[in-house]
Amino acid sequence: MAGHVQSKPTSLQTASRRGTEDAPWVKWTLISIGLVFALVFLLLPLLNVFFQAFAKGWSVYIASLTDPDSWSAIRLTLIVAVISVPLNLVFGLAAAWAIAKFEFRGKSLLITVIDLPFAVSPVVSGLMFVLLFGMQGYFGQWLDDHNIKIIFAVPGIVLATIFVTFPFVARELIPVMQATGSEQEQAALTLGASGWQTFWHVTLPSVKWGLLYGVILCNARAMGEFGAVSVVSGHITGQTDTMPLRVQKLYEGYGTTEAAFAVASLLALLALLTLGIKTWVEWKTQRAYDQAQRAVADLKSEI
Amino acid sequence: MSIEVKNVSKAFGNVAAVNKVNFSVKEGELMALLGPSGGGKTTVLRMIAGLEMPTEGDIFIRGVRVNDISVQKRNIGFVFQNYALFKTMNVFKNIAFGLKIKKWKRADIAGRVEELLKLLGLEGLEKRYPHQLSGGQRQRVAIARALASKPSVLLLDEPFGAVDAKIRQELREWLVHLHKDLNVTTLFVTHDQEEAMEVSDRIVIFSKGNLEQIGAPREVYEQPANEFVARFIGVMNVLEVEVQNGVGRVAELEFPVPTHPDGKKMLIGFRPYAVQISTDLAQYRYRAVLVRTYFLGIMLRLELELPSGLVLRSRITKEEYALLGLSDGREISLQIRQYRVLSSEASGLPPELHTTYELPPTIGEHI
Repeated sequence: MAGHVQSKPTSLQTASRRGTEDAPWVKWTLISIGLVFALVFLLLPLLNVFFQAFAKGWSVYIASLTDPDSWSAIRLTLIVAVISVPLNLVFGLAAAWAIAKFEFRGKSLLITVIDLPFAVSPVVSGLMFVLLFGMQGYFGQWLDDHNIKIIFAVPGIVLATIFVTFPFVARELIPVMQATGSEQEQAALTLGASGWQTFWHVTLPSVKWGLLYGVILCNARAMGEFGAVSVVSGHITGQTDTMPLRVQKLYEGYGTTEAAFAVASLLALLALLTLGIKTWVEWKTQRAYDQAQRAVADLKSEI
Repeated sequence: MSIEVKNVSKAFGNVAAVNKVNFSVKEGELMALLGPSGGGKTTVLRMIAGLEMPTEGDIFIRGVRVNDISVQKRNIGFVFQNYALFKTMNVFKNIAFGLKIKKWKRADIAGRVEELLKLLGLEGLEKRYPHQLSGGQRQRVAIARALASKPSVLLLDEPFGAVDAKIRQELREWLVHLHKDLNVTTLFVTHDQEEAMEVSDRIVIFSKGNLEQIGAPREVYEQPANEFVARFIGVMNVLEVEVQNGVGRVAELEFPVPTHPDGKKMLIGFRPYAVQISTDLAQYRYRAVLVRTYFLGIMLRLELELPSGLVLRSRITKEEYALLGLSDGREISLQIRQYRVLSSEASGLPPELHTTYELPPTIGEHI
């Protein structure tokens, strides 16, 4: 009787295991579709950018990039990133800190607001700033009277970029900070550390990988943003063109195809670099996690 | 006095977590804050540390009022329930953290950390990270870290809550020894009455934000101040009696309580060991049937049912059980040698009437 009862769950288990496993042809078809899709739609176009950029050789490539207007676009893109990424790093940290460590009214509203830039179309984001600071906007007249230019100038581009890239750092940090809790910080306080020392020695090291991840994504978007920047920039060649805007202009007849692809290749390179760092960071965090898991398993087996 | 808590209350919004609490801890004492969860004991500990601010009342550490002194400047050592070790730092850096913050010299830090590693039996683990340590080791690192800059008091929140029951016993004994070696004033929070009884010099008992009793383990066990303490500490028979002509009655039981007014209801409590039994049915006043025996190692707990259906609990040793030739279903006679009047909210008795009454010893009794 006992043997009969025991044998039943075993047969059930093998049946259920077989049930969840798909036939080999399903597996291979899915893998093939995925691979072919990635190859045709993702990898080939990217490779083509480099192919087109170098189609007329190194010297043409270099000449395209050192063209004063393209060079100005590269510089402007870097300036915008250098301003907006650190600002969003600080904003993101502050917002994530507030959400993860404090209880307050309107917390869920804050979380929703942080996500707003992801929900709004970039063109609309740009338009919002035009409506605020443009000549016909609410502050337009006042700004003009005081001779301050925001729209069709660098400040507008920076503002639009900050808006569009705002969620990246906060989004990455909130779950990490929530998982860590605030006990370690409290422990640091009981040991005599000031708020700043606690942040520097305890909080920051524990979120550093999440922070780095958020920053590189933020940077990639800051350099690559087209829609919002396009609306506020005014497309003044040599003054308010960023790299993505310059690529479009060159391609649409204000320059050669090679020049367009040369500038585009820089953006593509940035993308590859970002992916590389992202993969490395993910591998790092995964490894730290695995080590912790293994250590726990070792301890359990010791006991 | 090392710590004095005077009239301290704490409210979270409209919820009163701690209600006008008064107690003090002597220099070098090992004291437990005991109570069920939600009793306010952890809040009291955190207020002493400076992690929470009292809504009213004063807290003194070594005679200095610390209400307005920040947590950083109170010079306390705090051990969190889940230890809160810095997971990005190894054992050495965890222990050295407070010393580095206080700008100790490098050589002094190394010396102090080494001393603590030795004291807490953590030698050889200084390079390990918290996730590479066992629960017991983590706790010892947390204690070492809290002790590093020689705090005036050591505060521990549920120090044995996060470890296996098996290791817990060892850790209790270890804490007692550590406290003896260091002689630092220690206050710890626990919900386990056995733990509090075993480890501490004195116990403060909380329930629902109120302080119920302060006393040595033996004191709170033998002279519980009220019904809550009586029921919370150990096992107690608690009966509601009505007083008539100086005698409290319930079912067939009578408890002489000479100084109490007639017509009042009150609670009488007695420990299982105070219920004496005999197989000689003529020896004691009441008859009862042994309905069930619980084996608790060297002691046995007996459930005794009186003819009225009232059930009392008694406790005897294995030897006595064998000597009496007891078995479930057997009829016995019993008496209650010692009992105590417990106050209850309903009775509202003044404290001087919480007397313990004892019957005169009789000849040939079994204890």
